[in-house]
Amino acid sequence: MQKSTLRPRLEPGLQLRIHELMVKTRCLEERMIKMNRDGEGYFWIGAPGEEAFGIPLGLQVKKGQGPDFDYLHLHYRSSPLIMAMGGTMLDSIRQMGMRATDRYSAGRNFTNHYAIPEWNVVPMAPTIETQYLIAPGTAWVQKRHGGDGITIVNGGDAGSAEGDFASCLIWSTRPGKELPVLIIVVNNKFGISTPYDTQHGERNIADRGIAHGMPTKVINGNDVFESWAAIEEAMRYVRTERRPFLLEAHVSRLNGHSSSSGANRIDEPDCIATFEKQLVDEGICSPGEIRVTWERFRDEANACVKQQRTEPFPQASDIWNNAFHNDSDNAIAKAGGD
Amino acid sequence: MANMAQAIRMALAYGEQHLGVTDVFGEDVGPPLGGVFTATQGLKTAWNTPLDERGIIGLAYGIALAGGKPVAEIQFCDYIFNTIDLLKLVGNAHWGSAGTFHLPLVVMTPVGAGIHGSIYHSHSFESMMTHIPGWKVVMPSTPIDAYGLMISALKDTNPVMFMKPKALLRTKGEERIPGEPEDEKTLKEMIDAPLGDRSNWKPRWPNLTDFSVPIGKAKTVLEGSHVTCVTYGRHVHWAKAAADKLAAEGISVELIDLRTLYPYDFEAIKASIRKTRRVVFLNEDTAVSNFGEHLLRRTTEELFYELDAPPRLLCGKNVPGVGLAPVLEDASVPQIADIERMLRETASVPA
Repeated sequence: MQKSTLRPRLEPGLQLRIHELMVKTRCLEERMIKMNRDGEGYFWIGAPGEEAFGIPLGLQVKKGQGPDFDYLHLHYRSSPLIMAMGGTMLDSIRQMGMRATDRYSAGRNFTNHYAIPEWNVVPMAPTIETQYLIAPGTAWVQKRHGGDGITIVNGGDAGSAEGDFASCLIWSTRPGKELPVLIIVVNNKFGISTPYDTQHGERNIADRGIAHGMPTKVINGNDVFESWAAIEEAMRYVRTERRPFLLEAHVSRLNGHSSSSGANRIDEPDCIATFEKQLVDEGICSPGEIRVTWERFRDEANACVKQQRTEPFPQASDIWNNAFHNDSDNAIAKAGGD
Repeated sequence: MANMAQAIRMALAYGEQHLGVTDVFGEDVGPPLGGVFTATQGLKTAWNTPLDERGIIGLAYGIALAGGKPVAEIQFCDYIFNTIDLLKLVGNAHWGSAGTFHLPLVVMTPVGAGIHGSIYHSHSFESMMTHIPGWKVVMPSTPIDAYGLMISALKDTNPVMFMKPKALLRTKGEERIPGEPEDEKTLKEMIDAPLGDRSNWKPRWPNLTDFSVPIGKAKTVLEGSHVTCVTYGRHVHWAKAAADKLAAEGISVELIDLRTLYPYDFEAIKASIRKTRRVVFLNEDTAVSNFGEHLLRRTTEELFYELDAPPRLLCGKNVPGVGLAPVLEDASVPQIADIERMLRETASVPA
């Protein structure tokens, strides 16, 4: 296991792009928290504090559909990754607002629960661990298919306590059948209200990969540069060697677990503030330009909320849609259950 | 005639050759064993997994997401209970993603008592499984239906749970599977792995055909006029044995083999009950929240005024397990004498 201290050179244009996406994601999340408080959405759960890791991850995904591209098995703190891949504020806000126009779930799931076939973002469940079981399946197909597409699975430190995480390590390292999967644990040091260090005795979660013979790394996920470098290294390894890599990123959790715990701002290091200081110190942008960026995305978020208010909610009869793949089969669900 | 395990094996071989099956996998499913009931012997895509049922279902989900056509086996349904949440996720993936993803996968698992499997190899699973929406659920009672239902399951674009009545897996059928050689010994030589070293053995599959049993269609095994018996799996044979005895008493039983538990063929059930005006639902799962209770509910709601006798359910006793001693197993699941008694009682209620 390596502790990373890398600080790669990132082009100023890329740094500005990363900053823009970090701010965009934060504005989205903060606006959705407000929607919850305003009664426009029942539940919020998201990723404020994970932008320095999630944006570099999303920007390095090989985006597309099918086994030639990366498959993404995500958990509910993945908004930075999706925004970096090109996700829109409006789509997330539609899901938060439970609108029929919600392209991810048609008003059926919590916000930040994506399903995007054209980007291999597979349906997300609110479970914290099952994605670690499903990821080896797409990776198995990719191993057989060839090419450099990989499977990426992320989850939190709390989810790593479930047996499914151990299953992922085992299925990814069967002798001679090692799988091209990047296994990510985003360690925010809490499971809802329970501190990580009161429940986990292992030195690092990533150390568990060592027993399975996979390279591992623990990084400061609040640092854009360190995150970028570690993700780049891990992806390169998985793409070329067709074997797994376990990456543990330590991050802040700036608004608690979810709206169930109030979603109030918590005093932990803010990766955006840290990054902005670096941008200003290095002369890449000015405080004024940063302020304009925040205003732009706050305005965009507000406009999206207004837009979704004009859109319809699902209808009661919609519950019967998509019970089965074929429309002709959907009548089946209704018979006997209506 | 082929037995049910051979029939399933041949259907999977047909699936590999013609229906895009990419992976048949599970515990001891690949060589050398080919499944504890030999239902996967000789298949070219069969492989062994860790003893991790959650991993098996998760892998099937992932393979289906990436465009494969997986057939996963859980060695006994008793081991599937720790995957319930995953079965639920499979069932709601299409619905929860607003119809943007679907999962064409098959899970197969042996169910029920009948092999003296004691507490942890005798469970039934249909009541639990039919309670998980988004799946189709089938259970054959004959080798030819096993073949045809598996072909249909492999063609379906939804998740399908294929339940294998374990007590019937070595039972031969009365109808030849299309393409099956006439001589049983020849079939065995062609597709059964030899004892001893199997490392160089390869099966010679018969010229198999696309014979499907449609999902959702029941079969009338016996036509009768006094009482309807609706069942599936191994109890089809026991109900037939009971019906044969009752025929000598002048009681005529109409026997329906449901074959598909979801979506079940309620039109066939209704038509039969309208004819006989009496019905017994029969299965071996435990009593409380039994799948048959759902059929009873619909029968009561939709056919109440057409019944001449209370509709009945004969099922397994509501106890935590099926005991090993024969007397315990027999007392836990309906026996031929129990079926005979309940059919006679139901047929005898004055109109």
